[in-house]
Amino acid sequence: MSAPDDVLVSVRGLKTYYSIRGSFLDRLVGRTGAAVRAVDDVSLELRKGEVLGLVGESGSGKTTLGRTLLGLVPATEGTVEFEGQDITHASEHDRRLLRRRMQIVFQDPHASLNPAMTVAQAVGHPLEIHGLARGREEVRARVADVLERVGLAPAEQFMDKFPSDLSGGQKQRAVIARAIILNPVLLVADEPVSMLDMSVRAKILELMLALKHDFDLTYLYITHDLATAKFFCDRIAIMYLGRIVEIGPSEAIYADPKHPYTQALLRAIPEPDPRRTIPRDLPRGEVPDASRPPLGCSFHPRCPKAFEVCGWESRDLKELLERRWAGLGEEGFEAEQAAVGPMEALDVAKTHVRLAAHGGAHGSDLRGLLDRARAADPAEPFWTGVQEMRDANGSLEIDWYDPVEPRLLPADSVEVECHLYDETALAEAAQRRQSRIPQ
Amino acid sequence: MAATAAVRLQRRTVGIRRALAPIAEARGMARSLLWAGTGITLVFVLLAIFAPILSPYGFDQYQSGGRRFAQLAHPSHAHLFGTTVQSTDVLSRIVWGAQTELEVVGLALAFGLVVGVPLGLIAGYFGGPFDRGTVLFMDAMFAFPPLLLAIVIAFLLGGSVNSGVLVAAIAITITYIPQYFRVVRNHVISVREEPYVEAARALGAKPLTILRRYVFFNVVQNVPVIATLNAADAVLTLTALGFLGYGVQPTQGAEWGYDVSRAVSDAASGIWWTGLFPGIAIVLLVTGLTLLGEGLNETINPVLRRRTIRQVDFAAPSMDAGAELLEA
Repeated sequence: MSAPDDVLVSVRGLKTYYSIRGSFLDRLVGRTGAAVRAVDDVSLELRKGEVLGLVGESGSGKTTLGRTLLGLVPATEGTVEFEGQDITHASEHDRRLLRRRMQIVFQDPHASLNPAMTVAQAVGHPLEIHGLARGREEVRARVADVLERVGLAPAEQFMDKFPSDLSGGQKQRAVIARAIILNPVLLVADEPVSMLDMSVRAKILELMLALKHDFDLTYLYITHDLATAKFFCDRIAIMYLGRIVEIGPSEAIYADPKHPYTQALLRAIPEPDPRRTIPRDLPRGEVPDASRPPLGCSFHPRCPKAFEVCGWESRDLKELLERRWAGLGEEGFEAEQAAVGPMEALDVAKTHVRLAAHGGAHGSDLRGLLDRARAADPAEPFWTGVQEMRDANGSLEIDWYDPVEPRLLPADSVEVECHLYDETALAEAAQRRQSRIPQ
Repeated sequence: MAATAAVRLQRRTVGIRRALAPIAEARGMARSLLWAGTGITLVFVLLAIFAPILSPYGFDQYQSGGRRFAQLAHPSHAHLFGTTVQSTDVLSRIVWGAQTELEVVGLALAFGLVVGVPLGLIAGYFGGPFDRGTVLFMDAMFAFPPLLLAIVIAFLLGGSVNSGVLVAAIAITITYIPQYFRVVRNHVISVREEPYVEAARALGAKPLTILRRYVFFNVVQNVPVIATLNAADAVLTLTALGFLGYGVQPTQGAEWGYDVSRAVSDAASGIWWTGLFPGIAIVLLVTGLTLLGEGLNETINPVLRRRTIRQVDFAAPSMDAGAELLEA
């Protein structure tokens, strides 16, 4: 597949899984452990000269995506094309040549400089590695130029200092200098300002914008901070649990966020005025375990707008019961818990579950329990996903609708991965709603 | 932008000066340990270097001007520390012994560093089966008592290698390589995950360049400390070998452990000088090296190092000095 001329990087169906070590027993019998799906089927394009923001919570896979793109982490599946050339499985030698064209700035400026190298040695080392300068004096001259360019002036004052003698902002400037001394075209900036003081952040971002202009750079700007992304990025991609849930021009995303997750993130931006309290309505619960992502849409357990097709399943029932019990009195909790018994069966993702009644209760008691839960909170989206509940011989069988995998589809000027904007999913949901009414 | 040679030299040595800075800054206990250790060790180093000048006689000399020395003579003007049963001069044997000890220990340290440190670097950085294999092998070496291992090696090499010093050095080296390996390897494993190592990979540096420029300097700080402490231990191992008769052979050099073993029977008959002086020499050298090692540890190891923050004294004199400057 040949990319159009203005596309610098093109990522297709990229997956990066990290395998986790199983238990000691697993390893003894040779069973392989589960895999964390850090990046799970991501496709995106980076055009020349643009700033693409990659926004998401910790653990959403944004950093891993950046590293996979540079080949610092091997891709499990999919392809990365750079300037029209597939580099997913480039050899070490080819990749070293590519390093000149693509560079990275890490989050922690204190840790990304070698404490045993002076600024001049650290910033000049890329030139030595690639044999781009002859002799110490030439390296030093080039280093002085680039240091002045990133605002470490006069350069002579900084060149023979060690990283521990510099402030956080100065270190990050040195790191940026080291990245741009090779004249790259792509710079992956992995939260470059999140470890810096507020007063320094704006200066570093301004510097990066100026450098982009001077050196014709393309940025992949990874951040969890939507506020700086708005100021900095042309386009923004929102990541959740290894997937891109929404991608589009910054203005469009800020003006009219489509995905419920994006909406929640935007609501979470702090207000400078502490007296003004606005309804935050933040997503409930925590980011799920990336080694066992929810069925269907990964965001559905936390989504206030989820409905029939979003992938409701057994683990959601467990969460629902736990949420309910947290609000019940002690007596109510003990009675209900005794009837439900151990819930290990619910830990495995399934759309069909047989829940055995315990402590002399019957299937109908369980049903009564769930009906009470439903009556207490009829707006809970969980119930839209339940297809059928049957009493069966001392247990309760529950069927959920089959999950529909969300797809990244265009909606207005953005692309969004949410069933709310997917005609076929909406139609399927309507049909399911219809077929359930007679019951 | 031409730099003068002096400026260039200053730039090159900036790293070394930085590495030595903690030693210059050492205060209190650490400073006393360091200086005491350096002082004692230096005395023995000087003895070793200038043995031909300082020693009144040769280490196996038993006569002078055709006159045989007295056997087991009391300390006197002619023989400050007395003579042994073989009529050799005790003082001379101690001075020449210092040379033997330091030669063996120096060689053992050099071999240990040259083998242990690179092995640790490579095993720690690359991991995999090589790492597994070397760790297993080194752990197996730990299982043997060092002295036993040294004796076996000395015994095995004794036939094929002529130089007693070399045999002893190799025998001692084998017991210390696992220590350097362990310390370096474990440190490399933690440094390997540092962002600056990943940054170096992102810059396109080759693995060996990363090891040399990014990993090495961040893991070697502990090595001088272990090396000095090991030197103290090595002296003990060498003298123990000598005591047991497996060390440097009496014909090849003076060795304190051998002297002590020969003096064992003298002690019962009230002849104290043949055993006491070599014994004191062993104790002093080991103490000196240990103090040096502990002092280095206190100054270099950031966990132990205490930075003393002294209050700046804004006393009147500086104000006066300022006023004088203004007037002038």
